[in-house]
This record gives sequence, C-alpha cells and structure tokens, in this order.
Amino acid sequence: MFDFRKSIATFVAAATAAGLMGIAPAGAQTLKVVMHSDVKILDPIWTTAYIQRNHGYMIWDTLFAMDEKFAVKPQMVDKYDVSADKLTWTFTLRDGLEWNDGKPVTAEDCVASIKRWAARDSMGQKMMGSVLDFEIVDAKTFKMKMKEPYGLVLESLGKPSSNVPFMMPKKTAQTDPMQQIKVEDVIGSGPFIFKPEEWKPGEKIVYVKNPKYKPRSEPASGLAGGKVVKLDRVEWITMPDVQTQVAAIQNGEIDMIESPGHDLLPLLAKDKNINLLNANPLGNQYTFRFNSTAKPFDNAKIRHAAFVAFAQEDFLKATIGDAQWYKVCKAPFVCGTPLASDAGMADVLNGNAAKAKQLLTEAGYDGTPIVLMQSTDLQVLTNLAPVAKAQLERAGFKVDLQSMDWQTLVARRVKKDPPDKGGWHAFLTSWVAADILNPVMAGFFNAACDKAMFGWPCDETIEKFREQFAKETDPAKQKQIVEDLQKYWADHPTHVNVGQWYQPLARRNNIEGNMIAPVTVFWNVTKK
Amino acid sequence: MLDFIARRLVAIIPVLTVVAVLVFLMLRLTPGDPAAVIAGDNATSDQINDIREKLGLNEPIWTQFAIWIGNILQGNFGESFFFKKTVAELIAQRIEPTLALAMCTLIFAVCVSVPLGVLAAYRQGSVLDRIVMAFCVMGFSVPGFVIGYCLIYVFAIELGWLPVQGYIRIGVNFWQFLERMVLPSLTLSVGFIALISRITRASVLEVLNEDYIRTARAKGLSSRVVLMRHALRNAAVPILTVIGLGVAILIGGAVVTESVFGLPGLGRLTVEAVLSRDFPTIQTVILMFSVVYVVVNLLIDISYTVFDPRIRY
Repeated sequence: MFDFRKSIATFVAAATAAGLMGIAPAGAQTLKVVMHSDVKILDPIWTTAYIQRNHGYMIWDTLFAMDEKFAVKPQMVDKYDVSADKLTWTFTLRDGLEWNDGKPVTAEDCVASIKRWAARDSMGQKMMGSVLDFEIVDAKTFKMKMKEPYGLVLESLGKPSSNVPFMMPKKTAQTDPMQQIKVEDVIGSGPFIFKPEEWKPGEKIVYVKNPKYKPRSEPASGLAGGKVVKLDRVEWITMPDVQTQVAAIQNGEIDMIESPGHDLLPLLAKDKNINLLNANPLGNQYTFRFNSTAKPFDNAKIRHAAFVAFAQEDFLKATIGDAQWYKVCKAPFVCGTPLASDAGMADVLNGNAAKAKQLLTEAGYDGTPIVLMQSTDLQVLTNLAPVAKAQLERAGFKVDLQSMDWQTLVARRVKKDPPDKGGWHAFLTSWVAADILNPVMAGFFNAACDKAMFGWPCDETIEKFREQFAKETDPAKQKQIVEDLQKYWADHPTHVNVGQWYQPLARRNNIEGNMIAPVTVFWNVTKK
Repeated sequence: MLDFIARRLVAIIPVLTVVAVLVFLMLRLTPGDPAAVIAGDNATSDQINDIREKLGLNEPIWTQFAIWIGNILQGNFGESFFFKKTVAELIAQRIEPTLALAMCTLIFAVCVSVPLGVLAAYRQGSVLDRIVMAFCVMGFSVPGFVIGYCLIYVFAIELGWLPVQGYIRIGVNFWQFLERMVLPSLTLSVGFIALISRITRASVLEVLNEDYIRTARAKGLSSRVVLMRHALRNAAVPILTVIGLGVAILIGGAVVTESVFGLPGLGRLTVEAVLSRDFPTIQTVILMFSVVYVVVNLLIDISYTVFDPRIRY
C-alpha cells in the first residue's frame, strides 16, 4: 500500500536536497558542456541512445577500443592471445584496475558484462552465436571458447558505438538485460565518477575525475590509449534551446557545445573567442530506409530504381548547406574507413531520372503512392524528405509525404501495417558513421526478415555475405566480401546512403585537447 | 463563507475527473510510443516490444486507465518511464524554479501594470495613455521567445549585465538567484502586464465616470486620494479576476520561458515529457496545473470580499 506521508516526506526531502546541492568546490577545474541531449537513463546497455553511450564512456571502460586509425587496441586488457585453431581467445586484464568503490576489477566481472551486453547488442548476439563457453582462469584472466572461428571478436569487443561493451561490476552486470541498472549500481572503472547526488535530469549531470583510474601508458588516440583526465569535474548542462546555447557560450557561461545547429555555425565562427572543431572526421551518414515488406518496395527492382534516381548533393545542400560540413560519398561503409569502397555503385546515386523511369516501367510500378514519413522537429533531418520526394517524383514515383514529429515517426516505423492503414513505405534518418563500419555492425544491412530492423528486408544472399564476413578472419578477404556484397546490394538495396555529413563541436578558445573520435569524450581535455 | 469554500473545493473533483480522462485519452490517442523513444534509434522491434511489456503499455487502454486512477486515489502518481524516479520526486526537484519564476513575474507584473493602467485611465487620450496602449498591443502580439532573445541579446550579450541562462537555487546564493530571475521574469511578464494594464485602464475609466467619484472630487479630495481610495478599490474586482485568469498565461508562458532561459522547472519538464511521451509525468503535471488554476481562482473569488464588502458568499 502506498504511504502518502512517506511520499510527502520524500517530496520535501527531494525539494530540500535539490536546493542544497550543485556547488562545485572552489578552485576546481570544471568544464561545462551542453551535450546533444539530456541524460535521463543511466544504463548504456539497456538503450542504444547516443547520449547514454557518451555517458557510458565517462564512467566505464572497455576491454578493447578503436584508435584514430580504426585499429582495435587493448584498453582494460593487458594481453590477449588466440589459439592456432582460432577457437580459444585468452584475455588478461591490466594490473591495478579498480572499481570506484575500491574493489578490484575481475575476470568474472568482465564475463558477466560481456554476457549482458551481448543480450542487447546485435553485434554481440552475432558473436555469441559462435561462442561455446567462457572459462575463468584466474582473477585477471578468462578464456572465450568458440564453436567456430569468428572474424569479428576484437571488432565486437572494441565496438565504438551503441551498444558499447562497457565492463561493469558483476553485481551490476547480472541485472536482467531487459531492466535498467539502479542508480546506486552506477559504479565504473573508467576515467570519471558519476555523482548521483548531483544528477538532476533536465538540469545537469556531473562527473568528477576518478582518482583511482589507471590510464594506459600509450598516448590517447581515438577511443584507445591513455585516458588521462586533466579536469576535476565535468558538468553536462541541459539546455534545449539552440539559440540560448550559442548565447551562453558567447557569454562564457558554458565552455563547449557538442552539437550546435548548422544554421548557427556562421555566428559561432565569427566569434573570436570560440572555435569549431570537427572531432569526428568520419561524421554521419544520411540514409533513406525502405519498408521492403510493403508494395511496391517489396520489389527489389523498384528499390533499385529509387537508388538510381537519388543524387546525394541535393540532400546535403538542403540540410547542411555549407560544403565544408558534408561530403558526397557513395561508399556505404563510410568514406575514410578501411572498408570504404565504391564497388557496385557506378550506376546509382547519380540522379538519373530517365534510367529510373525505365526501371520502374520494367518492374511494372503501378503508381502506388509512396508513403514517405518526414520528421519535422529535428533540424538535421527535416529537409531530407522533401528532397527525396522531388527526386522520386522526377523518376515517376507518386509520393505521399506525411509530416510528423520524430517520436511519432519512431513509433510508426516499427508498425508493419499496410502504408495506407498506418504503416509506411520509407523514411530518412542519420547514422553515426561509427555504427556502420561493416555489414555486421550496420543495422540496415541486416536482411534477416522479421529479425531485421524496421523495414524488415528479407534477402538470403545479403545474409550469406554478412555471415561470411563475420567468420572471415583475413582483412583482405573481408574487404573482398564487402565489395561483392555491395555489387549485389546496389541491385537489391535495403536502404540508400544519401550523403555523409559532419557535426563540429563549438568550444571556447581556452578549451583544448579534445580527442578525434566518433564519440565526444572528455579525457585529455584541458581548460586554461 | 466556509460553505462556499467547501462547495468550491468539492467542485474541483468533477473538474479533475474530466481533466484526468481527457489527458489520459489524448495521450493514448496521440501518435508516438514511449517504448520506441526509450529503446533508442538502433533498437529492434523486439527490443521495443520488450520495453512496452515492462511499462505495461501492452495492456488494454481501460486497464491502464483503471490502474492509473487507482494509484492516484492512493496518492501514488506513478513512476516516470524515463527517469526511474517517482513523478512526485521529479516535481519536487523542478517546482522551485517554476514557483520562483511565477512569483517574480506576478509581483513584477502587478507592480508595473496596475499603476500603468491607472495612469493611462487618469490621463485618457494623452501621450502616456497612447504609449501604454501601444505597449499593450505589442505585449499581446510579440511571442515570448522573441522578447526573451531580444532581452538576452541586449542585457547579456551586449551589455554583459546579466547571465544568459541557468538557475541558482534561492538557498544557494540569493543574489545569483535574483540575477537569473530578472530576464525570464521580464520576458514572461510582458504579456501579463499588457493584459492587466488594459483591464485596469478600462475598469478605472468606468469607475471614474461614476457619480460617487464626482461627489468625491466635489468634496475637494485630492486626485491621488480619489484615484487610490475610491476609483481603484472599486475597479479592483475585474482586475483581480484577470490576474486569476492570467495564471493560465503564466503556466503556458513558463513552458516557453523556461526553455529559452534554461530554467529546469515544471514547464520544461512538461515539454520533455510530451516530446518523449512520458505518460505518467505528463498526466500528473497537467493534473497539478489544473488544481493550481482552480485553487488560485478560488482564492481570487475569496479576495473579492476584501475589496468589495457588498460581495457575500
């Protein structure tokens, strides 16, 4: 039974506590940042949202991490070894790793963490499909035994973006993967410590330097290397209004904005106290997603016609505008990465309306209107759908553009109803490049029918390529598989990549040392 | 009087019932799925469905309604879908900035608008009257966020006198609290001042034409005494009424003002909850705003008796 008096007492206590907290110690080097969103959830395994991923990098560490050149390097791991038959991986943790409650990090903690992460993450699930068992050798060493050789063990454990395999204490990692971890269980061995008593959702979240953190000796690179913390305290301030963010950084009230709006970049660039930094040179990729279960997009030739009709630069000009913040890039696994390739892409993404029209005629397109969902409240997405509509209509498609807020779109895109009864044919979104570096990682390449992401493409050939890629351990052969996949995929697309774009961060000139990485992290950052 | 108060308090029950049903239905009929928001952009349909199950969103709508109402009757407003905190805790954390903003705005608006309205009425047709009326038109017409941005540009960016955003709790540092209240209160009070000034002017003008004012003047009373003691007091009832109705403006304006000035109050909590479809939080906050609106208007009704002894309940 609910206790009303207790509730009132809690209310008063919370209001009082809220009033008394939130003062940084005098002299502390505090960085005040406006991130792209507010931290409402503390569990980066439970959700794939990017703000929780960034929050995870503050508190928890990873066994492996990706450096600036996309090489996966040991992070918490001191040494690792794979048997000659590639069926046993042995990992040994570094000396002196500690949770911020003072307990040592053990192999058991790591095994429990891998299991919980793998229950939520598609790349983890794929890896666990090849895992036979784990064996704890001693407090610092564990073995991962495989049923068959698997080519993406390090790539999975060093996955840079959501969901990231963060290592958590065993007690925390034993939380049901379908449940969020508790506030009191937010204990990590990472470079910062979360201050639960100062966490006020909608206002700010506070991290302080973890004095027990043992950085690696190598210099920091990307998300790998020595995570040396040079700040005492980092405050992520919630400030939803982009214009206010700009005014606040101009006035020196905050030090950094993670995602300033592109239309406000000229204003920031003009201010001599502020500089813009593209800390994520891989950037992001705009994507047009088909619902492959709905007519006419259940026909691969009609999807291919759309691929032929699209031209990337129109999308990028309409949304980003300034050419220094976008790149026309046909490579679906992102230009600038080891698997970047234009194989199979010569005849698509050229804005060839005549050829697209011919393909539509051959495919027997019956004029069914394409229900294209447009998100109108996220500035970086709003202008994509009208461009897609124009390009599709030029090629002979009929398009029914339906505008809605992003959350409505998110709810609708999981519906398999017919498009004229609350379902959909297509929508546009954006991926952080670090999430789509290979065909196993890139969710929209999953073509496993009902097990695929919304859009539910069902294509055995694509699935075979993905399986081959996952099991191949030779990088050269992996690249060949990717090129073969692309050649097939161009004719049987699950989605269309409509351009790469970049989100610079804005920082005051006294802030230095931001890592060049796909995630905004705060080790190595200094405030002068 | 006590009878009247009791009757008015009992009348709150049907009002809240209607609000509860409407809010609940509107939220369920609005497109959007909190589970999809929680799961994140890369989540699969299965993951989203798991979360729906955990949140009880797969239950029939009337079952969900019955559970919610049952909990409310026991004083349990539920737990936010996102914050993993009770809604009561969330409101407690966010109530201070909104209360502070509302109080500062109310005090500032009343202190400025009543004298302005009285002066405009007293000098009807003068330049001052026209300036006040022009200000009223502008106050009604210009959106709050535009006023906010203009004030930020002038007083924070150009002059550097005041901070752009943020909130310091009153118990932490009173002067910093005041500094951070000036611009939001000014922004929110512009529309409020326009409303009250206009009504004050109209009410005072009406009273100034009454016989008893002429009599007072004929008795040789000074203009100040005539205005303050005779005219304003008799014009007070409509002014109080409009202040009560203006609470709705305050609540609506707080949503925008708190967003522009980065105040972590209930207005912003409402926006965040709506955008993320946090049903328990939206439902409770709207119910709470309804109670505040009804109670404030009850207090205004009671205060009529102070200004006009002819009114009896």
